[in-house]
Amino acid sequence: MKAGFLMTKKTAFDRVLAARAQDKITIKDLIAGLTDDFIELHGDRAYGDDAAVYGGIGLLQQQPATLIGIRKADDEKSATDVHFGSAEPDGYRKALRLMKQAEKFQRPVITFINTPGAFPDVNAEYHGQGYLISQLILQGLQLKTPYLAIIVGEGGSGGALALAVGDCVWAFQDSIYSVLSPEGYATILWKDSSRVREAAEIMKLTPPELVEQGIIDKIIPEVRTKAEINQLKQQLFDKIKELSAIPTAELLRRRFARYRKF
Amino acid sequence: MTEDNQSQPTREELQHRMDQIPDVWVKCPFCGKTIYKQQLGQFKECPNCNYAFRLGAQDRIALLCSDFTPLNRNLKVGSRFSEKHYQAKLQQAQATTGLNEAVLTGIGTIDTHRVAIGVMDWRFIMGSLGTVTGELIAQLFETATQQHLPVILFTASGGARMQEGINSLMQMAKVATTIAEHSKQGGLYISYLCDPTTGGVTASFAMEGDLLLSEPHALIGFAGRRVIERTIQQRPPRDFQRAETLLHNGFLDAIVRRSEMKTTLSRILTMHESGVSND
Ligand SMILES: [Zn+2]
Repeated sequence: MKAGFLMTKKTAFDRVLAARAQDKITIKDLIAGLTDDFIELHGDRAYGDDAAVYGGIGLLQQQPATLIGIRKADDEKSATDVHFGSAEPDGYRKALRLMKQAEKFQRPVITFINTPGAFPDVNAEYHGQGYLISQLILQGLQLKTPYLAIIVGEGGSGGALALAVGDCVWAFQDSIYSVLSPEGYATILWKDSSRVREAAEIMKLTPPELVEQGIIDKIIPEVRTKAEINQLKQQLFDKIKELSAIPTAELLRRRFARYRKF
Repeated sequence: MTEDNQSQPTREELQHRMDQIPDVWVKCPFCGKTIYKQQLGQFKECPNCNYAFRLGAQDRIALLCSDFTPLNRNLKVGSRFSEKHYQAKLQQAQATTGLNEAVLTGIGTIDTHRVAIGVMDWRFIMGSLGTVTGELIAQLFETATQQHLPVILFTASGGARMQEGINSLMQMAKVATTIAEHSKQGGLYISYLCDPTTGGVTASFAMEGDLLLSEPHALIGFAGRRVIERTIQQRPPRDFQRAETLLHNGFLDAIVRRSEMKTTLSRILTMHESGVSND
C-alpha cells in the first residue's frame, strides 16, 4: 500500500471494503482479548447450534458478562461453517436464550456484530428466520440488564439489528451499518450493480454519518494489539459500570426513548 | 377543455364500469385458474383455491368495520427525504391509493368491539416500511395503549423502504417499543399477515403479535425467493413461503378465509373481553 493512500480521506466505499477486510479482528479473538476468562456456551435448546453465533460468559476485569457475536471465518470455523457470517434461526434463538440467561443473573450483555445479513436459505425460512429476528428485537429492547452493542465490521440489515437494540451502540472506525448492502441498493433502486460506489456514498452507512443520525453513539478505533484491546476493555468496563448504576426502570425508559425517536 | 374533461371518465368511474362488466377475466395468482371477476365476490376469494386476492386498505376496512375513524391522515414524508425520484414516487402512490402512507390506521368497530386497526397497503410503494409508516403504526399502538384497546394490524409489505436507508431499518425497533408498552398493559395484539408480507416487516411487528393469523396462500417470508436463488444458488420449492407452510412449521395460529375474517375476529374479541372484565 502506498503511504500517500493512507493520507487521503476514505470514501464511503473504501469504508465498505475496510469493514469487510480479511484482516479485521475476528469476533473470537476480540472476545478472547476483552475477557480474562471466557466459556463458550452452545445450542438453542430447540433445534441446533449455529456456528455463526458465538456466545458465552466471560469476565471483563472482575465483571461477569454475557458476550454474543455474529462471526465470520476464523481459526476455528471456515467461511462455509458460518455461512460467511450469516446467522440462521437457531443462531438467533441461541442468542436470545443467552440474553435471557444474562437477565436472570443480572449480567450485562455485550454483542459484537459482523454480518452481511441473516442467512437467506430455504431451511432458515422454514425455521422462522423472520420470527426469531422479531423476537430478538422485541425482547432485546425489554432486557432488564445493561445491553451494549458493537458493530465490528458489517452491520447488515435485520440480521444485524437483531443484536443491536442495546442501551448504546458503538461502531468500529472501519465498519458500516445499513438496511442492505450497497450492491443490493444499486441493483434494486437503479438496476445497475456497477454503481455500488455511488450507492455507498448516498446510503450514509459510515460511522461518522451514523453518529450524525443518532444510529450509533460512539466510534471506536480499530483494535489489533493487546494494548488497543485493553483500551477498549476499559471503555466497555466503564460504560457497563455507568449503565449498571441506573435503576432498571429508568434504563428501559431511556432505551425505549432511544429507539422511539427514529 | 371542458368537453375533453367530460368525455374522460375518472378513475372511479372506470373502476365502477369494470365492476359492472360480467365478462372480465382474472387469473388467480396462486392456482392459475382463470375466473370471472364477479365470481370473486365481495371477499375477492378465488372460487377454486380460496386464495384471498390483494385488497386495498380502504376495501379491507369496508369489509370489516361498521365505522372507522382514521388517525393521522395528514402525516406524510416531508422534506427530510428530498430525493426527487423518491418524492415523485410518493406523490404517485398517494394519488393512486388515496392514502398518505403505506398504512391506514384508525379506530374502528367490528360488530360491537372497538379496536385500533392498521391496514398496510401493498399498492403504496409495495407497502414498504418508511419512517412515516413506522410512525403511524407506533402511534396506533400508543393510542391503543391510552384507550385500552386491542390492536389488529394487517400487514402487506415488501419490507424496508430502501429510499429511507437505515432509518427504515430503525422502524422495526421503534414500532417494537410501542408494542412492548401495549403488551405490558395487557393489551391484545392480533397480527394478520396478508399477501405479501416479507423482509423487515416479517422480521418485526408482523411476527410480534399475541395471535398470528393469515389468509389462504398468502406469501410470508423474510428473504425473498430471488435473493435466495442469487445468493446461495438454491431453488426454493414452489410453496416454501406460503401461509400453509408456515402454519405447518408452527409459525401461525390459524389461516382464516376472508369470508370468515370478520366473524373470526369478532369471536376472538368476545373471548378476550370476557376475560378482561372479570377483575
Ligand atoms: Zn386460485
